[in-house]
Amino acid sequence: MIDLLLIGLTRFLVGGQAQWIGAVPDTRQRIYFANHASHLDTLLIWSALPRPLRASTHPIAAADYWGRGKLRRHIALKVLNAVLVDRATQGPPGAALAPLRGVLAEGESLVLFPEGTRGSERLPGPFKSGLYWLSQEFPEVELIPTYLDNPSRAFPKGTFLPVPISCTVRFGAPLVRRPGEEKDEFLERARTAVSTLASDPVS
Amino acid sequence: MSLSDKLFILFGGISTLLGIASVIGFVLSRKVTSESGRATVDNLNARIKAWWAMVAIFAVSFALGRGVTVVLFALTSFYTLREFISLTPTRGADHLPLVAAFYVLLPLQYWLIWTDWYALFTILVPVYGFLLLPSLAALKGDADEFLLRVSRIQWGLMLTVYCISHAPALLTLDIPGRPNEGFLLLFFLITVAQFSDVMQYVFGKLFGRTKVAPVVSPSKTVEGLVGGGLSAVAAGAGLWWITPFTPLEAAAMALAIVAMGFLGGLSLSAVKRSMGVKDWGTMISGHGGVLDRMDSLSFAAPVFFHLARYFYT
Repeated sequence: MIDLLLIGLTRFLVGGQAQWIGAVPDTRQRIYFANHASHLDTLLIWSALPRPLRASTHPIAAADYWGRGKLRRHIALKVLNAVLVDRATQGPPGAALAPLRGVLAEGESLVLFPEGTRGSERLPGPFKSGLYWLSQEFPEVELIPTYLDNPSRAFPKGTFLPVPISCTVRFGAPLVRRPGEEKDEFLERARTAVSTLASDPVS
Repeated sequence: MSLSDKLFILFGGISTLLGIASVIGFVLSRKVTSESGRATVDNLNARIKAWWAMVAIFAVSFALGRGVTVVLFALTSFYTLREFISLTPTRGADHLPLVAAFYVLLPLQYWLIWTDWYALFTILVPVYGFLLLPSLAALKGDADEFLLRVSRIQWGLMLTVYCISHAPALLTLDIPGRPNEGFLLLFFLITVAQFSDVMQYVFGKLFGRTKVAPVVSPSKTVEGLVGGGLSAVAAGAGLWWITPFTPLEAAAMALAIVAMGFLGGLSLSAVKRSMGVKDWGTMISGHGGVLDRMDSLSFAAPVFFHLARYFYT
């Protein structure tokens, strides 16, 4: 009930239609990695996925935003199936990835924002290394580059209310792993895969 | 004849027309085999289907009364403004003016129409919006392309909220001896404007040779404009019995609607061209976006409203 309400509200306000450009909706295990521009992003990807995929896909959400307040927390955990991560975690490298590994180990899919924080540009900034480590540890999981068009205009950083500007969610062709590829090389290639989707393919 | 009798006849007539169009579309889809022909027929059938939906929405809102009609047009403004702003480059500093446009000025404009506050609804966007939006944008301290950015939002608001809101504002007109007949004026406006669009499309497809504005709108032809325009004027004259107009006045009113509709279509084609797009969106299958269907109405509504108000109330 609340999920239909959320999807309806998202459609009404910002649209958020899915465009499957290089991949088709499929229940196989995937990591969707996307550019990050607003707090709408999690909601946008979640509502762009067909229902059967939604149930088995877990967006990574910042605990300091989605974990705050009873209602928001409930929506994040119970409706969006989100995994809350604490961005301030200090510790050995890769420790913050523990909950993400857990999800992948159970055979479920993930939505990841490898920039780690919201940017204000159209194209994503440098990616953090988490995507690389996960792709190494789980070589069977398909890596789907995802581009979110317009959320940085609809709900810019530092504002309280989204405005109605149409956003689209574009899913590109799976990123192929190259044996022996260096971390930085891989991350740059992943970032380019997302950026490429930004050039408007709609006629 | 009572108001509901008239509405019954009108919607019955339109349903009959659409029924005939659907049958023709079905027969054509069976007969046409060439590839370009197929595309045209498919587009035609998508348009006819969307027409059915639009007529159904209007019939329901007419039946449910003024409040629902005002809400329907507020939603139309909302979607057309969304389409307009989505295609218009905006930046972070425009956020506050956009919040004001969508969440304050748009609802306020329709609330003023609902409460029949004529003196304020005719100046809300052109005066107070005009003063408010640049002030909010300036507070953000971003001077880059300031005039351009402010003008775009003001223009979008004038077109999609201010102009379109003059259509439901017809419901507030008090025509002596004809209580509550604003609905019929609204029906007259929409029918003539949309019929003119359809017939211009049909005449253009059948006989179109000479382009009116090859650069701005390559699909508009002199033959389409004259044939479609005259058909719409004739249709308007034929609808005189639902209006306070004589047949000749009805024809003149229809001519004003057709002329403004044509100019609206042309101007918005120029806007789309300058933005490098063909349609405003993808919301209505076969038609593009909502604004693609409302462009002629948005230019015709204020002129028709003021003509009707000045000469008949």
